[in-house]
Amino acid sequence: MSRVTGFAIEHTAILDADGRLLQPLPAWCADPAALVELYRWMVLTRTFDTTAIALHRTGRLGTYASSRGQEAIAIGVGHAMHPDDVLLPSFREHGAQLLRGVLPEELLLYWGGDERGSNYSAPACRQDFPVSITVGGHASHATGVALAFKLRGEARAAVCLFGDGATSKGDVYEAMNFAGVQQLPVVFVVSNNAWALSTPRAEQSAGMTIAQKAIAAGFTGEQVDGNDVIAVRTRVGEAIDRARSGNGPHFLECLTYRMSDHTTVDDASRYRNPEEVEPWEARDPLSRLRAYLVGNGAWDEARDDTLRASCAATIDTAVQAYLDTPPQPPETLFDFLFEAPPQALREQRRTMLDAVKAAQARAEASGNV
Amino acid sequence: MSEFTLVGAINAALRYAMAHDPRVVVFGEDVGPLGGVFRATDGLYQAFGAQRVINMPLAEALIAGVAVGLAAQGMRPVAEIQFMGFIYPAIDQLINHAARMRIRTRGRLSCPMVLRAPYGGGVHAPEHHSESMEAMFAHIPGLRVVVPSSPRRAYGLLLAAIEDPDPVVFLEPKRLYRAAKEVFEDDGAPLPLDRCEVVRSGTDVSLITWGAMMRETQQAADTLAAEGITAEVIDVATLKPLDAATIQGSLEKTGRAVIVHEAPLTAGFGAEIVATIAGGALYSLRAPVLRVTGFDTVMPLPRLETHYMPSVHRIVEAARTTVCSE
Ligand SMILES: [Mg+2]
Repeated sequence: MSRVTGFAIEHTAILDADGRLLQPLPAWCADPAALVELYRWMVLTRTFDTTAIALHRTGRLGTYASSRGQEAIAIGVGHAMHPDDVLLPSFREHGAQLLRGVLPEELLLYWGGDERGSNYSAPACRQDFPVSITVGGHASHATGVALAFKLRGEARAAVCLFGDGATSKGDVYEAMNFAGVQQLPVVFVVSNNAWALSTPRAEQSAGMTIAQKAIAAGFTGEQVDGNDVIAVRTRVGEAIDRARSGNGPHFLECLTYRMSDHTTVDDASRYRNPEEVEPWEARDPLSRLRAYLVGNGAWDEARDDTLRASCAATIDTAVQAYLDTPPQPPETLFDFLFEAPPQALREQRRTMLDAVKAAQARAEASGNV
Repeated sequence: MSEFTLVGAINAALRYAMAHDPRVVVFGEDVGPLGGVFRATDGLYQAFGAQRVINMPLAEALIAGVAVGLAAQGMRPVAEIQFMGFIYPAIDQLINHAARMRIRTRGRLSCPMVLRAPYGGGVHAPEHHSESMEAMFAHIPGLRVVVPSSPRRAYGLLLAAIEDPDPVVFLEPKRLYRAAKEVFEDDGAPLPLDRCEVVRSGTDVSLITWGAMMRETQQAADTLAAEGITAEVIDVATLKPLDAATIQGSLEKTGRAVIVHEAPLTAGFGAEIVATIAGGALYSLRAPVLRVTGFDTVMPLPRLETHYMPSVHRIVEAARTTVCSE
């Protein structure tokens, strides 16, 4: 027998759980201001998250998927992307969307059950994909987007985020396989948060790492400490820049932990031992970066208080904008299905509007307006 | 003017679209140097290169998903699924993504893609190669479903499907790929995606069909004509959106209808047409509306398939029944 191939999966960690550097800082963050910016975004994301959960608990938001504890991945990715790249998020990457320019009130609208929340208004995210609720169903879209870039000769990258559960799906493997064949400018980022709803990582795959799945697809894969925003930003930034310059796809497995229930309608205590969660509190992505910045004199408690107050104000304003958004006219459930609605659909639209008018008339007649 | 078979017309439409619109990309399994198993993409790889005529890995969900990504980026993807029996993994992409991209983003993104697939039996193909599942696609909100029955219709409808700003499932009657030739101009002229065509005028009974069953239906109309029964033959062609007005108008004239399709009876698209007639032309009816269809069983392997397929005889019998039922 002779050895045909072999592989190794590298793991990168730069900032440890206590905020100590494990290796010198990369050049992109030589100026602490860059790290302060990442910290601000993570705090904003967590503020958004806490607020969204509170809104759900008080009946003002639908089912919501918390990103608590995983902010470093979304923020590292969002920060590394160029405005003309395209983000294809899963449903737990609010931070990346916010950083790309999606308004917090748009995210709230989406999670509050209003399609307008996926009609992102900021120019940089007009081409970004909406949240993918179908797990892994958007991985092939990322390859299609990247193929469009390649065919048009554009130096852009598609960045596709999903969880560990998605990597069990054929969709994800089919997309990775195609990305390898065509050497597409796409970066796949998996937030391996140890759980897919109630199913632990060990029940998803016997592979030692998820990153090694890239090897089978003919391109590079690696692991990073997903709670270390410096590591995530560094490694994903290099991958995005390689993709943009025509050097093909990459796969980044970010090791993190889902601190929350799967969603606001889940109860993780039914399947998860709290003792497993506890050590991850000490590995929090926000507190370790804050500790580093404070230790270097780039941050202090006063500035932290100011930041928290400003994030709270930003999100409060967004909540008010969300709550004040007038309801969609009912006919919009027809109006965006086709560019030019067929005759039969126009008739159904009229039927619905007639029913709405009739209901209003009945309500008025009974004095119950 | 040139002479085209149905598959030749599809090839010509693809070639025309690729030559005139740089956004058009053709991809699927074996569509490259081979030109597809039915040669629908014959010569395109040689003419337009590997960048725009892409041999895909053998993965149907991927093929549909890549189309969604390309379309959202403003390209005009035309994806081929090799046989209808292999299309099911792609349906997730059609339902959950292609058909709802425009509405779920309130028009920010859209999905101008075409998914082509040959369908139907009668060519002695192996298992899983002969199904007719068009009704499944017609049930999906947000899709257009087109089934051409002649070279000229295939050409114009495919060009229209490629130009259309929304997703179109384009099902090709492979039994008719080389069954007949038609002469027409390769001028890029599209046909409307919401019109049935009356392909034969008659007054006694409306024979309503689409795709591959057009051949048997026309033969049945010939047989009926020899008996003095003049049948009107309607090519539905665009199952969704359905041109109810043309069907109802025909029924007002004939008062009788036989709907013919190769797909199984129950919840087949014929049922939708029966409902359309009942809703809009009931008082014109002079006889019960009948359906001649495949049976509610699994499409058999080739040795039994002629027993499954609607025959000229069954269509003629049904038409006679409607005419004699007064
Ligand atoms: Mg997970």
